[in-house]
Amino acid sequence: MPKNKTLAAPELHAIEIHGMTRSSFILKSALTVGATAGAAAVGPFVSNALAQDAEGDIAIVNFALVLEYLETRFYKKATNLGLSKEVADLAKQFADDEQEHINALRGAVKQLGGTVAAKPVFDFGVTDEKSFLKLAQTLEDTGVAAYNGAGPMIKNKDILAAAGSIVQIEGRHAAAIRLQNGEMPSPDAFDKGMTVDEVTKAITPLIKK
Amino acid sequence: MVGGSGGVAAMAVLLGACGSDSNSTSTPAPAPADTGAKAPSGDAKGDLDILNYALTLEFLEADFYKKVIDANLFNGKNGDIVKNFGESEQAHVDALTATIKKLGGTPVTAPQTKFDVSDAMAVTELAATVENLGAAAYLAQAPKIKNMEVLAAALSIHTVEARHAATLNTLLGKSITPDGAFGKPAEMDEVLAAVKPFIVA
Repeated sequence: MPKNKTLAAPELHAIEIHGMTRSSFILKSALTVGATAGAAAVGPFVSNALAQDAEGDIAIVNFALVLEYLETRFYKKATNLGLSKEVADLAKQFADDEQEHINALRGAVKQLGGTVAAKPVFDFGVTDEKSFLKLAQTLEDTGVAAYNGAGPMIKNKDILAAAGSIVQIEGRHAAAIRLQNGEMPSPDAFDKGMTVDEVTKAITPLIKK
Repeated sequence: MVGGSGGVAAMAVLLGACGSDSNSTSTPAPAPADTGAKAPSGDAKGDLDILNYALTLEFLEADFYKKVIDANLFNGKNGDIVKNFGESEQAHVDALTATIKKLGGTPVTAPQTKFDVSDAMAVTELAATVENLGAAAYLAQAPKIKNMEVLAAALSIHTVEARHAATLNTLLGKSITPDGAFGKPAEMDEVLAAVKPFIVA
C-alpha cells in the first residue's frame, strides 16, 4: 500500500486500543466464547478470524452475545427474589430489552454467516434485592465497558451501529440501577472500554462449569 | 470524580497513538503529518468535522449546567447529580478540544447560549431533552468515525450522555429507554436544528 494512502484505508488489525490489536481482541473473544459456551460454539472459524473481516466480527458479536445471555438470564431469574415493585418493574423491562439484544445479535451472527454461540449455564448467587441490585450494577457497568472496548474493533459499520444502539441501552440501565443503589449514575466523565480479559475475569465466576 | 484535567488525561490515553510523531511501522498513522499538517483532508477532515460538531454540543451542555448551577435550583442529591453532570460535560469539552488540536484541527469557539433556567421542573425537562439528543447525536456519528482512537473516545462519551439521559428521565418519571431496547440515532442536521433555539445568533 502506498504510504500516502494510509488515511483512506487504515488497517484495523494493526491498530491498538488499550494495548490490544483487533487480532488479539478477536482471538481472546473467541477463546472466551469457547470457554464459556463450549468449544463447539466457537466453531472452525477461529483460524480464519484473523484473516477475514466478517469472521472477526462474528467472534466479537458472539462475545457480546454471551454477555447478553448472562444479563437476560439474570433478570429473568429475578422474579423469584421478592423484589419491590419498582425494582421488579425494572428487572422485567431489562429482561425484555436484553432478550431483544440477544435476538438482534443472533441475527447479526447469522447474517455474517457465522455459528451462533450457545448459551452457557449461569449461577448468580443472588438471594435478595440488595444482592440483586449490587450484581446488576456490576453487570450493566461491565456491559457498557465491554461494548465500548469492542466497538473500535468492529469492521462492519452496520454491526458497529447496532452495537452502539445496544450499548446506549446498557448505559441507561446502568444509570437506573445505580440510582436504586444510591450511587452516582455516571461515576466517570468517560466510560472507558474494558479488554476481553477484564470482561472475562468479571463474568467467569458467574458461569457454571 | 473525573474533573477537567483528568478527563483530558483519560482522552490522552485513548488517543495515545494519534500523535503526529507516531511513526511505528505497525501503526498506520492517520495523523495530519502524513498529508501536510496545515490542511487535514480525507478521513482526518471527516473526523475533525465530527469532533467539532460534538464539541459544539458539549459547549452547549457545559454552559447549560453552569447556568443551572448558578441559578441554584437544585440541592441535596439532585444538586450533586447536576454538579456531576456539569463537570462531565466540561471534561468532554476539554477532551474534545485537546483531541482536535492533536489531530491538527482548529477547535470551534464556544457559542453564546440562551437557556431559561428559572424553574426546576422546566430545567429538568430541558436537560432530559438535551441529554437524550446528545446520546442520539453520538450514536449517529460513531459509525462515521474513521480513526479508531477517536471512535473509542466518542463511544466513551456516548454512554455517559446515555447515563445522564436515563437519570433525568427517571427524575421526570419517564421511561429510561424512550426508544425501546435500541438507542435511536439522530443525524447532524436534525440535532443542529433542535439546539438552534439555544444558540444566540
